Amino acid sequence: MDSDLTLDGNLTLDGNAAAGVLAEVFVSECTTAMTRCDACGAVEMVGALKAYVQAPGTVLRCRHCESVLMRVVRGAGSCWVDVRGLTWMQFSVATPGRSSGADAV
Amino acid sequence: MGRLSWQPATVTDAFAETPQVRTLELDVTGWTGHLPGQHVDVRLTADDGYQAARSYSIASAPEEKGPRLTVERIDAGEVSPYLVDELRTGDRIEVRGPIGGFFVWHAGLGGPVLLLAGGAGIVPLAAMLRHRVASGSDAAVRLIYSSRSLGEVIYREELDRLATHEGVDVVHTLTREQPAGWRGFGRRVDRELLAEAAWPASSSPLTYVCGPTAFVEKVAGSLVQLGYDPRTIRTERFGPTGR
Ligand SMILES: Cc1cc2nc3c(=O)[nH]c(=O)nc-3n(C[C@H](O)[C@H](O)[C@H](O)COP(=O)(O)OP(=O)(O)OC[C@H]3O[C@@H](n4cnc5c(N)ncnc54)[C@H](O)[C@@H]3O)c2cc1C
Ligand SMILES: [Zn+2]
Repeated sequence: MDSDLTLDGNLTLDGNAAAGVLAEVFVSECTTAMTRCDACGAVEMVGALKAYVQAPGTVLRCRHCESVLMRVVRGAGSCWVDVRGLTWMQFSVATPGRSSGADAV
Repeated sequence: MGRLSWQPATVTDAFAETPQVRTLELDVTGWTGHLPGQHVDVRLTADDGYQAARSYSIASAPEEKGPRLTVERIDAGEVSPYLVDELRTGDRIEVRGPIGGFFVWHAGLGGPVLLLAGGAGIVPLAAMLRHRVASGSDAAVRLIYSSRSLGEVIYREELDRLATHEGVDVVHTLTREQPAGWRGFGRRVDRELLAEAAWPASSSPLTYVCGPTAFVEKVAGSLVQLGYDPRTIRTERFGPTGR
């Protein structure tokens, strides 16, 4: 977690900041989906990854080893989701999401 | 649950919180409610078609009417000066949301809950606090809120009222300027301040940290050094700042 205190820290956001663009293409709530980093094996929720939203498109990196896990690039009429840094992504179908979430309150 | 799309929103009220900060109350077509801590993306379109989008946390509790946003003016920013200074009641913008299920607390999750806010980072945490009281939850909640000066404390009077509820504590720290006779803290949120004012790590609180990126990194790092389990700490970085 000390790797949190990086020098480029000011440009870093949380995976939650990428939730809007991910919700354009994924039907399930993404920020509570689990991911496994293919490089170091760390398992984290998307919301806990590092997000860089200033790059062309959005880049999600591993908080532990800095590997690029996902890139989302929005073009005219299409959206590219590059997930080569992930071993897997796991969506919980019972997660309180956007529209079902209000019921949980 | 469909995919997320942009919705028209009308500003139904707008009022100043501090000289730098304004709250906007919105009426959003098809708004389905939200969870405390979620945000929306706001999109502005210029006459020439140029568009700019930014994220803003939802300030209101789910129990309240309309989503409210609270925006701090970032000088030379593209979007925030417009939202703080130009937008009027009756104007329309576009929003998509609510977004995010990660930085969320609701009564069903229980307590104790530790909220750590720097500047405008109070916005989603105030939604959690308002919901805690409006829902009748008895979760113990402690907010530690860092501002530069008393005049820059957002929602000050409301926070005072919320703190009168049993189980709700609000601790302020003023980092630049303290009024005469100030009884709160007068320095940045560091390890020592957390050791003194936060729920101890042994009580395993659900912890939410929000504010400028540098604030969040400092506070989250200090919590881990004090032995809090990183998996119970959720962070929301708002971006860079001169703080
Ligand atoms: C999930 C999420 C929720 C957010 N919620 C809120 C909220 O409730 N209220 C709120 O006021 N803001 C919030 N923000 C920040 C907001 O999205 C914008 O980044 C902020 O309003 C600045 O946008 P701008 O267009 O005015 O500035 P930009 O044009 O993006 O930036 C102009 C200059 O200011 C710097 N800058 C950018 N952001 C900040 C900042 N936050 N502080 C200081 N300098 C900055 C930039 O580096 C740049 O040099 C949130 C951000 C995220 C990711
Ligand atoms: Zn990794």
